[in-house]
Amino acid sequence: MNATNYAQLFQFALPEVIVVVTALIALAVDLLFLRASSTRLRFTIAAILGSLGCAGAILRLLHSPEQASLLNGMLLANPLTHLVQIALLAVAISTLLISAGSTFTEHIGEFVLLILIATAGMMFLVGSQDLLVIFISLELLSLSLYILTAFDKSSAQSSEAALKYFLFGGMSAAFLLFGFSLLYGFSNSTSLPRIADAIHAAYASNPHLNPLLAIAIVTTVIGFGFKVAAFPFHFWAPDVYQGAPAPSAAFIASGSKVASFFIFFQVMVVGFAGAEGSARWLHFVPGWVAVLAIVAALSMVLGNLVAIVQSHVRRLLAYSAIAHAGYMLLALVAHTQQSLAALLYYVVTYALATLGAFGVVAIVEQRTGGDRLSDFDGLSRLSPVLSACMFIFLLSLAGIPPLAGFFGKFYLFVSVLDSGPGLLWLIVLAIAMSAVSLYYYLQVLKRIYVANPAAEVANASAQAATIRTPFLSQAGIILLAAGIVILGCAPHLLLEWIHAAIRASGI
Amino acid sequence: MLAWTIYISFLGALLLLLLPKGNAAAARVLALLAAVVAFAITLTYFLEHRSGEMLTVTDASWVPSLGIRYHLAADGISIVLLLLTGIIAVTGILFSWNIEHRAKEFFAFYLLLIGAVYGVFLSYDLFLLFVFYEIVIIPKYFLIAIWGSTRREYGAMKLVLYSFIGSAMVLIGLIAAYVVAGAKSMALGDLAGFPFPAHFQIWAFPLVFVGFAILAGLWPFHTWAPTGHVAAPTAASMLLAGVVMKLGAYGCLRVAMTLFPLGLAPWGFHILGLGSWRDVFALLAVIGIVYGALVALVQKDFKFVIGYSSVSHMGFILLGLMTLNQIGLSGAVVQMFSHGILAGLLFAVVGRMVYDRTHTRDLATLGPMNLNKAIPFAAVTFVVAGMASMGLPGFSGFVAELMIVIGVWRAFPIVTIFVGFGLVAGVAYIWRAMQKAFFAEVGHEAIPPHPPMPPISIPERLGAVLLIAASVVVGIYPQLLLNVIVPALNSPLFAGLHQGGWR
Repeated sequence: MNATNYAQLFQFALPEVIVVVTALIALAVDLLFLRASSTRLRFTIAAILGSLGCAGAILRLLHSPEQASLLNGMLLANPLTHLVQIALLAVAISTLLISAGSTFTEHIGEFVLLILIATAGMMFLVGSQDLLVIFISLELLSLSLYILTAFDKSSAQSSEAALKYFLFGGMSAAFLLFGFSLLYGFSNSTSLPRIADAIHAAYASNPHLNPLLAIAIVTTVIGFGFKVAAFPFHFWAPDVYQGAPAPSAAFIASGSKVASFFIFFQVMVVGFAGAEGSARWLHFVPGWVAVLAIVAALSMVLGNLVAIVQSHVRRLLAYSAIAHAGYMLLALVAHTQQSLAALLYYVVTYALATLGAFGVVAIVEQRTGGDRLSDFDGLSRLSPVLSACMFIFLLSLAGIPPLAGFFGKFYLFVSVLDSGPGLLWLIVLAIAMSAVSLYYYLQVLKRIYVANPAAEVANASAQAATIRTPFLSQAGIILLAAGIVILGCAPHLLLEWIHAAIRASGI
Repeated sequence: MLAWTIYISFLGALLLLLLPKGNAAAARVLALLAAVVAFAITLTYFLEHRSGEMLTVTDASWVPSLGIRYHLAADGISIVLLLLTGIIAVTGILFSWNIEHRAKEFFAFYLLLIGAVYGVFLSYDLFLLFVFYEIVIIPKYFLIAIWGSTRREYGAMKLVLYSFIGSAMVLIGLIAAYVVAGAKSMALGDLAGFPFPAHFQIWAFPLVFVGFAILAGLWPFHTWAPTGHVAAPTAASMLLAGVVMKLGAYGCLRVAMTLFPLGLAPWGFHILGLGSWRDVFALLAVIGIVYGALVALVQKDFKFVIGYSSVSHMGFILLGLMTLNQIGLSGAVVQMFSHGILAGLLFAVVGRMVYDRTHTRDLATLGPMNLNKAIPFAAVTFVVAGMASMGLPGFSGFVAELMIVIGVWRAFPIVTIFVGFGLVAGVAYIWRAMQKAFFAEVGHEAIPPHPPMPPISIPERLGAVLLIAASVVVGIYPQLLLNVIVPALNSPLFAGLHQGGWR
């Protein structure tokens, strides 16, 4: 490798470099100059610095070369990866804005650093078609998230959740690595297209699913199923969503989902091309599509049914996340260009809604000290704007038009049905389950709009009315809500972009 | 211009939210203004376009890659229901004049609901129709859960879940139809013109039809209606019975029957004497008519009487649709209008005039209050509304039910007997409720209510007169509506239905 290559590499990875350098600057500024300042000020400055860095990376991505591939696809760039990376940076910015008012930690520089490092990990993750780079960036992401989960040192719950997350995560990483090593043994390459070639060759000599390949499929699905919190690999999700500090939980629920789903789709569709099998009703053929269809169906059913009995909003969001993972897996089951577009639209709008919901939960927690359903009693009387935003986020998650969540579901279901016959059973199940989901989202909204504020809150309403909702957090939440309404009323804004990117990238 | 009915309602809702806190009077006036303007627009359009054909109001590209358009259009059937929506919206606000608790939110939800209802009746693109259809669900929930009475949270949640399950069924059918037709367009005309295979229609039709009919109170999926109506505040009951149930019936006619006319064709075999989905739904509709009337006959709660009467009257609409002949179908549309007006009026009397003054709806308790002396206007209004609801000549109910019965006579002669029985029971339950609530035998001394009841206010009188006038005008001169309904039913949109068994 010669020097020009390194220059090229630097050029290529400039967005990630910007993010990492920003992280270091934010850390340095926080530790060197702001030690004596108040937590709120430190958080505000760190968040602004981090957001500026992410914005810089977005600008760089918008002006970087359209297509590029380094080292046989170890790193690649095309309009599609740029699109996803921009979405990830936007999620990171929103997370930073939401966290600006938090008071859960003294180590603000480190917190922002970890968020940005995780973002860089996700950016590398989505811009690769090589098992090694995928695994390394996945680990970079995961390790940052473990620490972010444990960041609230004063809360035992936070540490417990982090430990659970870490143990489950370590195990699933082992599974994933095991699957990857089998794939390497199978194809003698770590590059996804090469692996697909080897699978084709294997099918040509023997029309049945190779047992080695079957194990690789299952372990890979386990590894990624853990990242996207699909049943039965979801056990970490409720604890982490509940225990982690709100901004960390929001980041785990949104950014990590976007990146993981995109790379999950890439690995399955590019890497395992040829070993699809089939999930048609009564015509199951072994393959990864069949496996994913079952995982998707179980996630939808379990997530939605268990969410009904939750009494904590964060746990409710966790189970609803499992259900949403089920819907999104349908896009992998369909594995067409159109379903990739539907998946991207869905996961991006889902990330916005979840981020916003966690933002509101964070503010409510600061006021009432908890996230029980009863802590939301009468919120609409105390804080109409936040309530209206929560109204939008939850109804978007439930799939009520004209919010983005509805169009996401509609397009996803259309694309799945359009991909071939025999998948109607999954669509029927998904739509039936989303009817169930309205029930539990309304339980939260009922608390906000129908229930009367608790007595002591009503007495202190003068003080409650003036509760200091940090400006940055509130602005972030309102922006997210506006984004959901706009994307719902004018879905083509994002959709045309996604379509153009997919066409240009030729996937 | 007609599109502004939607925008004005939504804008009104938005403005209401921006009003300063605690100014109920301003909220009322603003809401009334928005509703009146929307109604005036509808009325002008109705008077200008008397041909009943489908005319595009707005058409713009919305999601180009999926062929979804923002396409609003109105024909004779839509315009009749738009008029109904306008009348109910205005009178509903008049009858909610006494709302003080969180008034601006109340009227904001109310206008949101109204705007979405206008949207459903105006949509030509089925995606758009579905969007508006779902928007209706959420404000309903909050109107009932916040401002309702008896078991309001239960009633509200039940109503929402029934509606949402119904719309989930509709969504499955629509997505399937869209994909089968090549996923190029969601326009009603394109999909209605597409020759869907018969085996597809035979399952898609009942799915979509039942999905809509749940909201139209089809027996045995009607149970949300009585509880929902009883729990709702007056204006919401009026809207629910007056227009929201019509959304279901409209969807059955406009979407299910035009898209999948072959779904009505005979199966080729018989189960229990039923040979097609048409027979099945006709049977369910008749059961609804008789069952609703009989249950209304034994209710103790005044509002439940009206709630079950709605189920019975909605049965007439669905039965009219299943006759598949012109007189039956036109009768069904006139009945949609007529029942909307009359149910609104009845709920207004029970919920606003009586309940808000006596704070009870128990027929046995109301009797001794001697209401025909205490609030004579309410008694007179109820008598008039009751006569109209029984189907006395001169009121809209008479025309509508007569047409439906003639249609039924031609399509299913034997069923007419049961319909006749339902009509008689209809007279009986109204009579019983009237007698028990207003004209009960009082012992020598009537119990004077204390504090004395406030007299019937001017907004209430205005609303009642408006509703009665609407019913009488249509009753005396039904051609007013039929002139636009009949051409609409003979338009190319219903061509598939013509070939599939129109007689």
